[in-house]
Amino acid sequence: MNNAFLPVLTISTFIVLIWYSFSIVLNSSWALDKAERNDQKLSFSELVHDTWSQKKPKLPTPHQVGYEMWKTIFDKKVTSKRSLVYHGWITLSATLAGFMLGTLLGILLALAIVHDKATNLSVMPWIITSQTIPILALAPMIIVVLSSIGFTGLLPKAVISMYLSFFPIVVGMVKGLRSPDLLEIDQMKTWSASQFQILIKLRLPKSIPFLFTSLKLGMAASLVGAIVGELPSGAIAGLGARMLSGSYYGQTIQIWSALFTAAILAASLVGLISIIQAFVFKRMMIVR
Amino acid sequence: MTDETVISAQSLDLTFQTNDGPVHALKDVNLNITKGDFISFIGPSGCGKTTLLRVMADLDQPTDGTITINGVSPKAARESRAYGYVFQSAGLYPWRTIGKNIRLPLEIMGISKSEQKERVEKVLKLVELEDFEKKFPWQLSGGMQQRASIARALAFDADILLMDEPFGALDEIVRDYLNEQLLKLWHSTKKTICFVTHSIPEAVYLSTKIVVMSPRPGRIIDIIESDLPDKRPLEIRDTKEFIDIAQRVREGLRAGHSYE
Amino acid sequence: MNSFFLFSIIFWIAAWTINIFIAQSNLAKTKMVLPPILFGVSLLLIWEASISAFDVSPVILPAPSLVFIKLVSSVSILWVDFVQTFVKGALSGYIFGCSAAFGVALLVDRFKFLERGLLPIGNFMAALPIIGTAPILVRWFGFDWESKSAVVTVMVFFPMLINTIQGLQMSDKIHRDLMQTYNATSFQTLIKLRLAAAMPFIFNGLKICSTLALIGAIVAEFFGSPIKGIGFRISTEVGRFALDMVWAEITIAAITGSLFYGGIVLLEKVVTFWHPSQRGRS
Repeated sequence: MNNAFLPVLTISTFIVLIWYSFSIVLNSSWALDKAERNDQKLSFSELVHDTWSQKKPKLPTPHQVGYEMWKTIFDKKVTSKRSLVYHGWITLSATLAGFMLGTLLGILLALAIVHDKATNLSVMPWIITSQTIPILALAPMIIVVLSSIGFTGLLPKAVISMYLSFFPIVVGMVKGLRSPDLLEIDQMKTWSASQFQILIKLRLPKSIPFLFTSLKLGMAASLVGAIVGELPSGAIAGLGARMLSGSYYGQTIQIWSALFTAAILAASLVGLISIIQAFVFKRMMIVR
Repeated sequence: MTDETVISAQSLDLTFQTNDGPVHALKDVNLNITKGDFISFIGPSGCGKTTLLRVMADLDQPTDGTITINGVSPKAARESRAYGYVFQSAGLYPWRTIGKNIRLPLEIMGISKSEQKERVEKVLKLVELEDFEKKFPWQLSGGMQQRASIARALAFDADILLMDEPFGALDEIVRDYLNEQLLKLWHSTKKTICFVTHSIPEAVYLSTKIVVMSPRPGRIIDIIESDLPDKRPLEIRDTKEFIDIAQRVREGLRAGHSYE
Repeated sequence: MNSFFLFSIIFWIAAWTINIFIAQSNLAKTKMVLPPILFGVSLLLIWEASISAFDVSPVILPAPSLVFIKLVSSVSILWVDFVQTFVKGALSGYIFGCSAAFGVALLVDRFKFLERGLLPIGNFMAALPIIGTAPILVRWFGFDWESKSAVVTVMVFFPMLINTIQGLQMSDKIHRDLMQTYNATSFQTLIKLRLAAAMPFIFNGLKICSTLALIGAIVAEFFGSPIKGIGFRISTEVGRFALDMVWAEITIAAITGSLFYGGIVLLEKVVTFWHPSQRGRS
């Protein structure tokens, strides 16, 4: 970890530098047009200043995005429709609800698949196939159909989140529950352990590392599901809605700050799981 | 140092820096290997026998002392492809056939296609794997894989063969057979072979010289010259001469251990 | 409850019983093929039967037969949408993004410093909702397929990058040592050893990205599109409650996605035939 710090810092700095220079390049045509209309000549420093402070730039600078985020996270009341905390919370709640449902469904399915041969043979191929299907294409339909039978708000988005997050969980847990080798299972059998005992004492503990990998994937997928689920609902609330309305009105800074908030949210959620993972691994003496 | 000297080490030292502090892998190692020798390095794990071989191959670098291969540094020797190296596991590339595996070093060394073909056939014959050129490594038994790996080391006809416990993972019956084959091969090719093992009978059966080593720090305890005849049927292991040499090796190993 | 519904339930029970029987048998070939087909068919039957039994409005869920009729009758529209979304948007972006990532991985591989820096950043980026860049890229590259291609490029880049970088580190130490004893150049080691050893990882990346590519192209169309494309059609037809058309598009997307994925799996089998995971199956 430590020896990655300097390289990561270097590359991050490099990315920020590139970003600022692209801001100049991409926003300059607008700045030059405006100057020409006003019969002005822009010096280079004036050009830079202009491209870094436009209201609707093609590419806002990091500090513009940062300022917008600061303004809409800390300076607005959290109940305000312009507060990113408000929108973030709406997306987060759908994400978490979908994630919980997806995890539950995923683990139950994995248990069925591992313990019942018929389920394994008939359902597992479909689960793998369904991973290759662009499930998100279903999102608009789920939203509209569920709202037409009276469900709006959190539930439809949570359903889409669940849909996206349960796949990695099933696949990971099936792998994990099957990870004990024949020798370990035979050892259990020599003690005439029941299927349930084998599950509790052997399969579940062995599946924990797989579970955490899946949880991280599932959490990231949940967030994507919640964001996309907000798109067709008419851009009312949530980070996805902020992106869509920003896209309608050309509020590029708004899009970018919603995107960054989503990124921070994803990173903290996945980070949270990593922390829990580290704690659990330490308790279980799992060495990676 | 005579003209016949192939490998020569003077007061060789090597210390690895690990997370648990420094490990003294080799201490004051002095050794002369003459052309055509079959040298075995024997000792318990951690005695530095593999490290010594890796130093000869320029895979590890000594922290002190000098070592020359054919009169030049290990690096220069490696660059002139002076030796073939056989690892404990066969290390064949799973995506290449046996024939293609043997071709690999030849491709890297830029040897012409026609000569590649010729050499592959020749070495496959040497290790009696003619019918397996088109097979993939994972379709062969462990003993056959190891033979293929020896063929690969022989393919570019280096004068020196460095072998790191090549038969360590094989069962005793296969090992006997391969030992016999290796001796035959040594006779017919006149190569200098450095052979790491932890089996006393194997070392005595194969070698002209047995280097007994001891751990912590890794060092040479004794160098035993073998006066067994060149022709060695497997039965030689029941003769008094053989048992006497084995006894000396065992005593050397025990002396090394009494330090602890 | 009508008789058709009853029939579908009986069919489902019968199919499941047959599957249990097959699961306990020794018919290796049948085991792989028949149970999923039986399961899929009984699911479709129950769906079809439930629609008529419970009088479900086609605005909520159309029967599979209705979807099939719509699919057959609108082949030309579906084809146009398929070309727009998959060929122009997803496939071009997939090829561009994956090759760019592969190139960067090879470049980064030369410099340990860059590699140490890029791997954590790549891992981080791969977990982010990159799909959120869609509105931005649609603004930059316009409504047509170019913006979709750009979204897909960005989406597939990081998963492909980290898989390739990790794959290049996957060669066995013994194989690398061997290369050193042959005095192989780093280029020779890359070509003859490390790229081959990286193939299982590269294909893993290609598989993940194939799914992402279609998702990216479809979702990017929600942010603006000319009047064609799978995503465009889904979002407009949903608005008109023409759910049979929506399902027809979803069917096309599903088939495309599965075939795309399946094609890469086939290629993987050919290229990495030597890998234990592939050997075990044959």
